[in-house]
Parts: sequence; C-alpha cells; structure tokens
Amino acid sequence: MTSSPLDNLADQTAELLATIAELATIDQLREAEPQLTGKRSLLSTLQKTLGVLAPEDRKDAGARLQEARRVVESALDGRRAVLADEARADALAGDRLDLGDVVVANVVWPASVGHPSLVAITQRELEDVFVAMGFRVSEGPEVESDWYNFEALNIPPAHPARGMWDTFYVDLGEPETVVLRTHTSPTQIHLMEEAVANHSLPIHAVMPGRCYRRDTPDARHLATFHQIEGLVVDRGISFADLAGVIETFTRAYFGPDIESRLRPGYFPFTEPSAEFEVTCTICRGEGCRTCSQTGWIELGGCGVLDPAVLDAVGIDGDEWSGFAFGFGIDRCAQMRHQIADMRALIENDSRFLAEFS
Amino acid sequence: MKIALSWLSEFVDITESPEELRVILDDLGLVVEGTEIVGEGLDKVVVARIDEIRAIEGADRVRLVVVDAAKGPLEIVCGATNISVGDHVPLAPIGAVLPGGFEIAKRSMRGVTSNGMLCSATELGLGDDHRGLMLLDNLIDPVVGMGLLEALAIIPDVVFDITVEGNRPDAWSVEGVARDLATRLGRELRVPALAAPNSLETSASFASVAIDAPDLCGRLTVSVLRHVRVGESPGWVKRRVLSAGMRPISNVVDASNLVMLELGQPTHPYDAANVAQRTLRARRARTGETLRTLDGVERSLATDGRGLGDTGEDCVIVDGDDRVLGLAGIMGGASSEISATTTDVLLEAAYFDPMSIARSSKRHGVRSEASNRFERGVDPELALRAAARFVAILRESSPELEWFAAPLDVRGDLPTPSTVTIRDGDIERLLGVAIPVEEATALLRGLRFEVSVQGRELTVTAPPARPDVRTNAAGRADVIEEIARQHSYRRLPRRTPTWPEPGGLTPRQSLRRVLRDVVVNLGAYECWTPTLGSDAEFDLLHRGAPRVRITNPLASEESVLRATLLTGLARVWAKNTERGVGGVVLCEFGNVFAHPEGASVPRMTKGGVGGAIALDLPLETERLTIVLGRASDDARSAVALWTVLAARLGLADVVVRQTLSPPRGLHPTRAAELVDRATGAVLGVVGEVDGALLDAVSSAPTTQRVGLVDLDLDVLANRELARRREEFSAIPTRYPSAVIDLAFVTPRTVHAADLAHELRATSELVERVELFDVYEGTSLPPDTRSLAYSVRLSSMERTLNEAEVASTRGRLIAAAETLGAVLR
Repeated sequence: MTSSPLDNLADQTAELLATIAELATIDQLREAEPQLTGKRSLLSTLQKTLGVLAPEDRKDAGARLQEARRVVESALDGRRAVLADEARADALAGDRLDLGDVVVANVVWPASVGHPSLVAITQRELEDVFVAMGFRVSEGPEVESDWYNFEALNIPPAHPARGMWDTFYVDLGEPETVVLRTHTSPTQIHLMEEAVANHSLPIHAVMPGRCYRRDTPDARHLATFHQIEGLVVDRGISFADLAGVIETFTRAYFGPDIESRLRPGYFPFTEPSAEFEVTCTICRGEGCRTCSQTGWIELGGCGVLDPAVLDAVGIDGDEWSGFAFGFGIDRCAQMRHQIADMRALIENDSRFLAEFS
Repeated sequence: MKIALSWLSEFVDITESPEELRVILDDLGLVVEGTEIVGEGLDKVVVARIDEIRAIEGADRVRLVVVDAAKGPLEIVCGATNISVGDHVPLAPIGAVLPGGFEIAKRSMRGVTSNGMLCSATELGLGDDHRGLMLLDNLIDPVVGMGLLEALAIIPDVVFDITVEGNRPDAWSVEGVARDLATRLGRELRVPALAAPNSLETSASFASVAIDAPDLCGRLTVSVLRHVRVGESPGWVKRRVLSAGMRPISNVVDASNLVMLELGQPTHPYDAANVAQRTLRARRARTGETLRTLDGVERSLATDGRGLGDTGEDCVIVDGDDRVLGLAGIMGGASSEISATTTDVLLEAAYFDPMSIARSSKRHGVRSEASNRFERGVDPELALRAAARFVAILRESSPELEWFAAPLDVRGDLPTPSTVTIRDGDIERLLGVAIPVEEATALLRGLRFEVSVQGRELTVTAPPARPDVRTNAAGRADVIEEIARQHSYRRLPRRTPTWPEPGGLTPRQSLRRVLRDVVVNLGAYECWTPTLGSDAEFDLLHRGAPRVRITNPLASEESVLRATLLTGLARVWAKNTERGVGGVVLCEFGNVFAHPEGASVPRMTKGGVGGAIALDLPLETERLTIVLGRASDDARSAVALWTVLAARLGLADVVVRQTLSPPRGLHPTRAAELVDRATGAVLGVVGEVDGALLDAVSSAPTTQRVGLVDLDLDVLANRELARRREEFSAIPTRYPSAVIDLAFVTPRTVHAADLAHELRATSELVERVELFDVYEGTSLPPDTRSLAYSVRLSSMERTLNEAEVASTRGRLIAAAETLGAVLR
C-alpha cells in the first residue's frame, strides 16, 4: 500500500479541533483563523498534494479532505459563538448597574419639551368638545369577533354591504370569525349590550380608537387609522337631535363660521342614514380644489339607529331610540393642518413630530 | 354609474344647469362624484392631413410637420412619433381653447414658428390614449378641414358620475335616477318606447324554460327572437353605451347593455343554435362541474364555501343537454355567445336571489355589471319590460327580426313587497318634524309606493323594485327615510338635545392623559408605529412564541400583530439617528397582542352567525413605552423619568427592583421591574434597550446607550394593584427637624429601596428617608456597596432632644443590620 498525504488526516484533524477548543478569546480566534482554515492552513496544503494521487484515489481523498474541512470550520464557528456569548456575558457583567441604587437627584436631564402625536392632539380636542356636550368617552378592543364588527350592526355574513369595508381577518379558529375592527362601531354594540345587562340606559358616549382596513396606503388613506364614533340612546331621540349635535360639534370644533349639512347616505346600522359635510375649511365655502369647488367637505357618516341593531342588542325600540355618527380623527387632523400626504403620520421623523404641540 | 344629461333628459324635463342638477342629485343621496363635459372646447378643432415631416436643426425631440386643413399649408412643431405623411389628425388652430382651458397660441422655437397644435385623444378629452396623436384614419373616412365634432359625430353633453348607495338598487339606472328627480321636481316621468311581439308563433313552440332551484332563481323569462342580423349598432346606441363607459360590441350585445343601463335589468342573449333543445334551465351547480366563462377562465363550480356565510352553492343556467351555459346572473359561458353568424337569439331576463349572487360572485372573484345589480336586488317585475325595450332597440338595426308571442316566463320564490303602517306621529318621532300626510303620500307615490290613507295613518306597500324596504319597525324607518330624502334632509329641523348625565373620561383615559403630559413635558416625542409586522420583526424579541396572524395581509411584512412597542420605537430611533435628527426621547401608547394560546387569560367574545359561538380572542394590553435616546441618557435617566411619573401619579410605594431575567429587548444587567411593594404587581420595567436589538434595527453597529421605560397601563390603571397614596394628608410639624446621614455597607442582594423602607418603619419620628449617595469601591467587602441615606427626624409635639436623636439613630442602625447592612 502506497503512502498517501492523507494518512494522518484523522490525527491532524483532532489536533486542529484541540487547538480550536483552547482558543480563549475572540481576538485569539481571529488571529488563529488563517492557520486553521485559510490559504496557508494545513488543510489547504494537503489539498495541493492531492495531485500526486492516482485519479481513482483522488476523488475519495478529496471527499475525506472536504469532510475534515467541514468539521474544522463548524468547530470554529461553534467556538466563535461560544466566545461571543462569553464576551457578551463578560461585557454585561462588567456593565451591570443596580437600578435600585440610582440616585435620581444626580441624574442629568437636559431641559426640552416634547410633542404629543398629531393624532393624540386631535383626539383630545375632539374628546374635550364632546365631553363638554355631555358625552362620556368609551373604548373597545381592536381585535373583534364578527358579531361585534358586522352582524350585530345589521351586516349579515356574506352580505354585499360587507364590501364597504375591506377587512383584515385574524387567523384564529373558524375562518372570517375574527377581524381587525374596520370601524369603531363595535364599541357601540359593547356599550349597548352592557347597558342592557346593567339596566343602565340611557347612553351618551363617544368612542375613539384605532381601526384597520385592507387598503393599500396612499396620500389620503392609511390601512391603520383612527375614528371617533358617537352614540346616543335615550327616550324621544330623533333625526333632529342628530342634526343638532352634528351642528353644535361642528361649530365648537371647527369654529363659528363653519357649518354642517346632511345628505342621504347608506349604512346598514342606521336608518335614515346620512353623510355629513362641513364648510370647506380651506376656502371657507368659496370653492377650491380641496372641496372640488363645492365649498363642502365630507367628514363622516351618521344616522338614526336602525331597529335591527336595537333588536340585536335587546333594546326595546318602542321605549328607546338613538343615533350614531362617526368620522376620521386623522382626517380632521389632515384637514386642519393641510397635510399633503398622510403617510407622514407613520413615518415618525422627529422633525415632523416636532411640528405639533 | 355614468349618466349623460342628454339621456336623463329623455326621461324628465330638465331646465336646471348641470351645476344646479348636481346639487339636487347630491341632496337626493345620488352623489355626483364627478362631472365630465364631452366635446367641450372642440368646436375649433379640425381634421388636418399631414403632407410633410421635416427635422428641425438642433432639435431631437420635436419635428416640423406641414399639414393641410383646407386653408393652405400650415407649419406646426410636433413631438409625436406615431405619424407619417398622409395621416389625418386633429388640429387645434391658434385661438382654440382645449378642454381644461389650455389656449393654443403661436409659438416660436429654434427659429421655426408653430401655428397650432396637433392633438392626442387625451388632450381632446376623447380617450385615455396619450401615447401619440389621435389617428383619425382608424376611426372615420376623414375629410380635410371638417370640424372634428362633425367628423366624429360628437354631440356635446355632460356626463355625471353618480354613486348609487347599496340600498338603492332601484336607482341604478337612468330611469331610476330620473324617477328620483321627477318626484323631487314634481315633473312627469317619460318612459321609453317598448316593442311588442310581432310574430304569431308562440315562444313555447320554439324554446322551453324551467327553474329547478326556485330559492336561487326567482324568475326566468326567455324571449325568442328569430331572423336577427348581427351587426353594428346605430350611432345613438353606440354613443349611449360609450357615455356610460362601456364598449360597443355588436347590436345585440349593445342593446342588452343599453337596457341594463337604462332600466336596471341585466339580460343575457344566447345564440339559440348553440343551446341544446333551445331549453334554458336554472339549477344548482353540482360539485365537479366546470365552466369556461366569457373572460376565458375555467371555473370550478359548487366548491366548498369560503368564509363566513358562504354555502358554496352556485346557480347555473343549463341547456337541454344539461350542459352548463353560464354562471347565472354573473357571467355567461363562451359556448353560447352571440357571434356574427347568429340568427336566432334566446334572450334571458331573470331575477336571481341577491345573497346567492353575492356569495358566488365573491367566491369566484367575478364582479360584472350584471352581478353588481343582481346582488343588490333587481326589480323582479322588470324582466319582460326589459325584453320589450331590448327588441325596440335591436329592431332599428335588425328590422326583419321576429319576436315570438307569449315569452316564456316561469317563477320561483320571489320576495313579497313589504307593507308597513305609518301611524300618526311616527314621522315626527323619527325625524323630529311632522311632514304633512299629503306631501308624504305624493312623494311616496312618485317613487311607485302604493299608499292608502286612513285619516292620518298611511298603509304603504313598497314597489317590487325596492327589496331594501323591510317590514315592521325597520320597514317604517325605511319608508320614512324615503320621505325625508325626497323632502330634503336640509329642510329638516335641528335640535340639540340635553341630558342630566354628565360627560367625562374614564379613569384609564385620565391616566393616559397624565402620563402623556408628563412624558411630553419632559421631552418625549410621541410616535405611531405599525401594529402589523413581519415574522422576522416578531422574532427579534419573541422567537418561538405563538403569534397572532392576519389571514389576508397586504404584504408578508404586515402579517403579524405586534407583541411589543419596543421594536417599532427602536426602529424609529435608528431611522432618526441615521437621518441625523435623532438624539430625542420617543414614546408610544399602543395595544400589544398575545395569542390566546399564550395568554393566561384569553379574552372571550361571541362570534359567527348570530353570535352563536364563544371565541378566545388575543389578549390585548395597552402599554406606554418610552425610549430615551439623547446623548446623556442611559438606564439612570429611565429611572429618573419613572420616578417623576410615579410621583405625579401619587403611587404609594413602588420599588425599582433589579431583575436578572428581564423581558427580551432589555439590557440584561441594567434592567429592573417596577413592583408595587404591597401587592407584588409589576407595573412595568425600566432599564436600557439591549444593544443587540439596536444593532439589529440599525444599519451600523452602535455603542450609544438608550434608556427604556415600558409600562403596562392595564396594571397601572388598576388601583387595587397599583395603589395610590392614601387620601389622608399630614400637616407638617411646626417643630424643627433633625437630619442625620447614615452610610451602610450593604450586600448587593439588598435593594436600596427595601433598606429605605426598613429605616422608614423604624420609628414614628422618621419623617423622610432619602438615598443621596452610592459608593462602590475596592475598599469595601466583595458584593457590597455603600448606600448613604439622609434621614429626617421630627415630632409633632416637640423639638427632639439629643438623646432622642441618638437613640433613634441607634435603632436605625440596628434595623439596617437586620438586613445585613453595616454602618460604614
């Protein structure tokens, strides 16, 4: 049997592995790496000697060498990870700070004021207007079941009206039973169900919150957005009360020279339904590009609660009646600050954030 | 829906200007989204022939074109490349004002003068093709010098783009809109000309019809038309079809489309030669059946339902060999399509169940003009009137056609028109004003409601075209809405209601406002980061945890609900730093989500049809996360910020307790939990953001320390868990206090706050204990540090004497020793 350059490969590999196991720091490893796997390493040298072998042996030897290299490289990577973990653990131990020992009086705190988000500012202003009008502020979850987001609102499964909302479905159990709420209206259902259970009607509430629609974002729409919804359930409530509340709100929020008007619309959960428009805040009703020369800007939807909704939550429609309205918080902000592209709101550039206070 | 003013005017006299009409339509709830003026600004545009094309020296984008418009050669500079000598194109001469107000003037460039402009279809408002000039040779036999309007037979018109709401299927037609207008304006509604069968042969002698699925197909009518000559439609039909945004195809197809646009009834013409036994039957599709629809797509029918409420059923039209010809009411099949050689036509005009059309259309992803109408509910009594209108239109271009007598007409289940009673006072109760019975009656009758009046009570039956009108209380609301709509919402009164119950915020909302005010006033910029992220983003801090997924995300980067606000804020920090506008404190209020599998208390709700099933929903918790990214910030700043917050909230006793197993994302040895001492509740964590996370979200490694406060608002808002100071308030003593400073060598295992608490509890003379210095050094025993406290002693009754101070000092030292802390 002729001697092969690879006769000692097993021992040589074991030696290399032993060397790797002894490397104590990342720096040592970095230093040793060229000799272990680099061009001048033993493995590379052996590779060059394969040429002396007969072609039939060469293939087998090549494979053995390849395997040895794989073993060494994997040991090196393993060692690198161990050393990195050790280095991180050492660094963390050296960095240790018992936060219970912080003497707050000694902490440096540069004086500067921050900025609430434009959405938060707008939401607060809207809430304040409604609170002053006698509304309580309620909230609800963002992940909802079909019942709250659709069915109790008189939007039966598979009904074409569902096409009005592009819905994100949440992957839990039965298909299409759980959604990211497409509007704040499910909070109305929660409130009415609670009021029925607690015998605590009437309800006068506004419900701000985050909503989601499966809609590719553009300058005017984001897939995630904020709405505020209003709900009144009381005795003797009519469309006239709805129109009055919209008007009072419009003047309180936008200013005394801004008016509101209603025109027929369609929502499954209200009847009669209306879209409400306000005087264009850009041109003050003169007509401009923003309002397509009409002098009016569409703000939101509203209407008298549909008897089917009252039925769904178990409210006696002979005794109680009510209305609901809703509109976009972000849209109000966009109108007031003339924000050309809504996507700036989720960009979070500190220069943009600093523009609002 | 696009409706030309000229078309509308055939149904009702219109004296209003387009602007006035727009306002009226809006007020009727027929919202005009846009108004297009056809043929505006084209009166001076003429047909010109290109006689010569020359290069202009020094210009590579434009050429000099010499044209003839019957007034001698004219030189025009033009950038189009789709022209050659001999082509006919539209010429806007100097002085013409094109649609949009663009005025053509004489222009000189590179030493040549342009005497007008050669136009594209877009520039003339005649189409979407803006890639080159409008080539007239493809459209007409052009006559040089003829006005373009005359050459193209364009009649100036106004086209309204109207959005019809989902509950107004009756208004989705020219006649429907005209009916609304006629009622509002108190004018007469004219109806279009109808044909009558002109053959004595009966339809039944030639064809047959049946309904096997009466719940899906409520009515199926078939008209037999023989000796039809398929060809082009007359000009007026083409214009109408084009004005509605559809493409003229052939006289048969155009007539079908025109009837749908005009009356709202979709119809379907079949080539009778390709319908076996000339039989049309409506039945349920069977599993395994397929159909190649007109759009060329092979579709599997009656598959499993997809999504809530989908039964998986399809209604199909089959022929005498039981071969599927079309997806009923949605799209026809290719096999029985009208072709140039068709001579005998079976015209289907039907009523299909709206919900089943909606389900099939959604499942197959096919929306057609027909399905859009059927799924909202077509007037079930319209079918034969639509057929008669179809024949009247088709006969103009196919005068020999014969319409067989007694069209086939079978019925399945049809909705019964609702009848509701409007009692005296109902209108006032709903609208807040009483509309006189006479007015209400007139308005409803204008809309074809049957009204009978008994005193002040109305019994109202909805026309078949109004399936949206329900029964009982809901139906009353539907009818009163119609009265209000026609009466005009703007004329209804307004009244601002008042009630005795006060408005206000919930404690949670007040808490959020306080927190926001404090952190903002201390310098934080509030952010809004994405709720939906990628798996990789989720894995940054929650590898291996169950996650809440979106079934139908817009992109995989937005498919998982976030479990933390930290990664989003870290990204904002990194992005601002990279833009050179970092160095700020960032904060966010937002919900995070835990999969019900992983949440200790999943949220229960009801879901499914009728709210019948109980569901586990993700646990949603609100957090306030603050990332401190200024140069001077680190974990100490985070503790300082928390201390201010805790003081502002008046928390009774929350300790900053070092934790060795902090949540991922925190620097593992610079992290502490905020623990309510009495309840053990964890209000949140403070510390530093783990450098590994910052590196993962940054484009380059960073060594900057970034502080972190992450609070659980659900716990913080719970006064049982996060206790506030008691309401009792002590008036400070009038006697002088004694202050003693004590430094203890304290084992690392003892929290500074716990030692302070022990000192405070030692004697009622202890007024306040404050940590003022921490010393660590080699002079101290291992695993200890020196904690120096300033202790203030006082009494309500007297000035303390030296002995009292000394003895209290001794007790303080002894108390410290119980925790292993030794006076230094």
